[in-house]
Amino acid sequence: MSKHIILGAIRRGLRRGPLPEDQAMALRARMTAHPRHLIPARSRVPRPEQIALFLRNIEKEFGTFTRVPDLAAIPAAIADYLAAQNLPTDFAMAPHPELAAIPWSERPLLTQRPGRAQSTDLVSLQHGYAAIAETGTLMLPAAPERPTTLNLLSDTFMVVLRASRIVGAYEEAWDLLRAESHDERSGGFMPRNVMLVTGPSRSADIESTLELGAHGPRRLHVLLVDDDPTALA
Amino acid sequence: MHINSPKFKANVTHALADTRLQKALDFTRPSFAGRRGAAVANLPEFEQLRDIGRDIKNHTLAHLDFYLETWAANVEKAGGHVHWCSTADEARAAVLKICQDAGARTVTKGKSMISEELGINEHLEKHGIAPVETDLGEYILQIRDEGPSHIIAPAFHLNREDWEESFRKVHTDLPADRVFNERRDILTEARTRLREKFLAADVGITGANFLIAETGSSVIVTNEGNGDLTQTLPKVHIALASIEKVVPTLEDATSLLRLLARSATGQDFSVYTTFSTGARRQHDLDGPGEYHVVLIDNGRSNMLGTEFQEMLRCIRCAACMNHCPVYFTVGGHSYGWVYPGPMGSVLTPSLIGVDKAGHLPNASTFCGKCESVCPVKIPLPKLMRHWREREFERHLSPQSSRTNLALWAWFARRPGFYRLATRIGAAILGRLGRRKGRFQWLPFASGWTDGRDLPAPEGETFFARYAREQREKNS
Repeated sequence: MSKHIILGAIRRGLRRGPLPEDQAMALRARMTAHPRHLIPARSRVPRPEQIALFLRNIEKEFGTFTRVPDLAAIPAAIADYLAAQNLPTDFAMAPHPELAAIPWSERPLLTQRPGRAQSTDLVSLQHGYAAIAETGTLMLPAAPERPTTLNLLSDTFMVVLRASRIVGAYEEAWDLLRAESHDERSGGFMPRNVMLVTGPSRSADIESTLELGAHGPRRLHVLLVDDDPTALA
Repeated sequence: MHINSPKFKANVTHALADTRLQKALDFTRPSFAGRRGAAVANLPEFEQLRDIGRDIKNHTLAHLDFYLETWAANVEKAGGHVHWCSTADEARAAVLKICQDAGARTVTKGKSMISEELGINEHLEKHGIAPVETDLGEYILQIRDEGPSHIIAPAFHLNREDWEESFRKVHTDLPADRVFNERRDILTEARTRLREKFLAADVGITGANFLIAETGSSVIVTNEGNGDLTQTLPKVHIALASIEKVVPTLEDATSLLRLLARSATGQDFSVYTTFSTGARRQHDLDGPGEYHVVLIDNGRSNMLGTEFQEMLRCIRCAACMNHCPVYFTVGGHSYGWVYPGPMGSVLTPSLIGVDKAGHLPNASTFCGKCESVCPVKIPLPKLMRHWREREFERHLSPQSSRTNLALWAWFARRPGFYRLATRIGAAILGRLGRRKGRFQWLPFASGWTDGRDLPAPEGETFFARYAREQREKNS
């Protein structure tokens, strides 16, 4: 009922009836083609510079990172990071096959609990789907193996990211998702939730002064796996 | 939200005398403009992106019916529900029904201006459901029973003492003599308190910065992460969105997102930009079991096809108020309703009527700064001028200003008389004020001279001087 009232009022304002079919087809074609607009030049740089831009932006947004040669080096990097921050060694971890394949047994003091995060978790480890150099942004689409709560509930949020998954602009990250993701429910590619995360949680609501760790994580730490030979400068 | 816009003049008098407010305004003003300036300077393509942003919004508005229907069909495909509401009453009823069907007792909320516009909190409370604002700024405003004074920094008018005082008053289970050494201590107390609320809530209500037709997604942008906790933890997520939020594709939204954070807080990108599409999928370990979008018109479709259509491009970044000399003199509450500053001075009369909000488009110096920083190039001064015309046409302006305007118009349409009258006026004032060069008082001009001196004319009008210089040049 209200739907017809609203659509009727819109069409009255636009001084026309429902869109003629040929025009509707043109608009559908625009959505299918989903053309890109201007992409800023800052991320159109050679691969090693792109990675460097990403890491610079991570730090600009109050995040930190460790660069490791392969997945096998992750447990030691995490143990060092948690020790340096004086944090507990148990954490919630995304039940993602790439993370499960990490040789955790070499560091028996680290305890991983695969699954979603609980409110009591101080530390979490997420699987990074892709990242955007333009602003140092992580793309984290929800999936059974990448629960959303891991991004939000812990105090310290760690993300394993492969360098080959860093792209220049947001549009390239959408292209990855369009090509690789399939959602059974809608028949499209969008998962229930896609979070673009740029740095740790913050607020400037008290006297317009920035404080980190508002409701989400206080710390964001990226574990960058150098799996991309073209990215090494 | 209660409408106080008709009392604009009294509100301003009050605001000018409010030393706490003036302190907060002085404290904030330079940082708002400075941060945007720095972010824009860092992106050489920013001006081109403003044109692109304007064009994307214009394209969408010209085909708004088509994109809304496409968006709604895609929401349903992803297992979500769309509730079309043409009035505020319908939207309140729709939200209440979803909450009641979920058996909700408490509801967490992300910051949403349309929720303020609809008065969702009051409505839920009346029906025994407790809404909890989770944006830090909105949380303290809820405690103090105040409205937001800014669309993205709702509580910037409060000082640290106000926060401490309010927290001591309501968090009575904590030691009364606890010390807040720094701002972080205030933040930590709110974080702990609200974490309990996030976990207990049955329904989470957020706004929407964009709706995406192509995918049926709603998008929210936050820095605190409260919006994400609100839409992730409860079993039901309701997104409130007005009809002009829709854009065709992810690429269109992406271009607008490049403008939004830079224009708003001066960040390159907000911390959390989140796209929600339907409810929890079969094997997901978290996320809401139900996803609803309450789609609200509430007067916006009436703006299409009028001179105010361009206002529907607004992406609510607050750059216009952050750069407005009037806003930073009188504060947000003076405007008397949900939307303050230049964008509010155009939007508020459209939504609640120029008879109630006529003062707002008059409260502008027309300096043009708002239009020059608007990321989607809305000609705000021009639109305010249209409201002044409408107000005049409908005989809503006071008799004294109508008489004076009519008198001025009589002369303005008769250039010979106009020049003669101004020449006489300038000559007399010039002679009277020759000694001091300014007037501390003038008859019929106390509105000006009460607050500042009027500079005395130097005896010659602009026209006279221009004509004289032309003559001199040609001779």
